[in-house]
Formats: sequence, C-alpha cells, structure tokens
Amino acid sequence: MQKDEIKQVILDCEVEAGDFSVGGEASSKLKSLLHKLGIPAQTIRKIAIATYELEINIIIHTYGGSLKAEVTPSEIRVIASDKGPGIADLEKAFQPGYSTASQKAREMGFGAGMGLCNIKRYSDELNVETEVGKGTEIEARIYLRESGDSNE
Amino acid sequence: MKLKEVKEILSAQVIVEGSEELELLSGCGADLMSDVLAFSKENTVLLTGLTNPQVIRTAEMTDLSLIIFVRGKQPPVETIELAKDRGIPLMSTDKPLYQACGLLYSAGLRAEKLAKLE
Repeated sequence: MQKDEIKQVILDCEVEAGDFSVGGEASSKLKSLLHKLGIPAQTIRKIAIATYELEINIIIHTYGGSLKAEVTPSEIRVIASDKGPGIADLEKAFQPGYSTASQKAREMGFGAGMGLCNIKRYSDELNVETEVGKGTEIEARIYLRESGDSNE
Repeated sequence: MKLKEVKEILSAQVIVEGSEELELLSGCGADLMSDVLAFSKENTVLLTGLTNPQVIRTAEMTDLSLIIFVRGKQPPVETIELAKDRGIPLMSTDKPLYQACGLLYSAGLRAEKLAKLE
C-alpha cells in the first residue's frame, strides 16, 4: 500500500438544503475531531473556516448534499458535493462580493459573496467540478506541515 | 484589554458569562458572516447586529473570544443556548456599531488585521 493511500475518513454526513438551524454542526464536529487528533490550532482554524463555508454553501445554494473529511499523513481533504443546480459562472462565483444568495440567506447575514474566496484563501489546493443541471463537487486540501507552521 | 473593561466602556449587559480577566487583543465590527470569516485572529471581540445562531457558529470556527450585540439587540434563546454550549460569552450594548467600535478603538483595542493564515 502506498504511504499516501493511508487515509482515514473522519467525517461523512448529509447536509440538507435550507437547514439553517443545524448549519455548522458538521464543521463543529470536524473541528473537535481535529483537536483530538492533535492538529495545530492555526491549521484547525483554516480547515474549520473552509469547511463551514462549504457547509453553508450547500445549505444556501443547493438542493442538498454531503460533506466528507479525510485525513492522510500529509493533508486533510474536505469534500463537499451536492445534487445541484451547479454553478453557472464559476469565475464570477469566485469574485469577492458576488453572490447569488436568496433574500432569506441575506437576512441572516450570509450572501457577502466571500464564501468561495474564503475557501480558496484557507486551502492549499482547491479543485472544483461543476455542471449546471447536475451538481458540484469541491475538494479543499489543507497540508499538514511539520511543527513550526504557526505564523501569526 | 480585559473583558471587564470592555463591559464597562460599553455599559454592556451580560447575556452569557465569560471570565472578567479574559484578555482581548483585537476587535472586529461586522454584520456579514463571511466578512467575519475573512478576518480572523484569536482573542478578538466581535461587535455585530446579527443575532441568529449562525453568528455563534462563525465565532466558533474562527475562535472569537466574545460577541457583543449592538443597538440594544437581544439574541433569541437558540443563540444563547448555542453560545452556552460552545462556551462563548455574549453581551449586549445600547450603543450603535460605529460608536461602540470607536469607543473600544480609542481605548486602545487594536483593529483586526487582515492577516493571511499561513
């Protein structure tokens, strides 16, 4: 078995569309798990923010989906997939301030148009696959550096 | 700046208790969740008018130390319960956001730096 194939799935849960009441629970669970694994606080914060933005995006923008997190010796991968509608204009979606969020989401304080930018900022690698009418899968990879990665 | 000083400067009412000696290093005033998530540093106090429970999730993700609701806003019970569960102190002040931020800033509480987490 290759070393980089040793991976452990530590989170795998469904995220319901429009469910703001439990929104963030998956991210919170992941954060606690990472803390138990002894991952440095700075790294946990990056992962937590990226995961929370991914989770909230599923709730705000999609018909529902799932959130999965995998740990390997060198990185954490967070994968958000959904059943649709897919992102029509990917370039615009990554523009700071651009948002297609509903009025309801905006009233709750979402829709700043920073979600995908934040995910990109806090990930070391970001892969997005999307098809209008089918759905989207976003994979955020955060590397686990050797000790001394903290940089305030 | 300690939590008790913040409380005094803003004449704030405590909703969920926190340690009076809690040291705060910077402040952030925002009414949009993702704007808060874009700026994040430990030991920060968030001043906001957003009272729904997602503001507690946001605080949890970014390790915010204290949330103060401005303009006299009172959060719903779901927000209070989640804050208690997550151990995040909450306060409320009658002052509007601009004034509350200004008072803390003038008293020496630094602004949130838009620092990239490396």
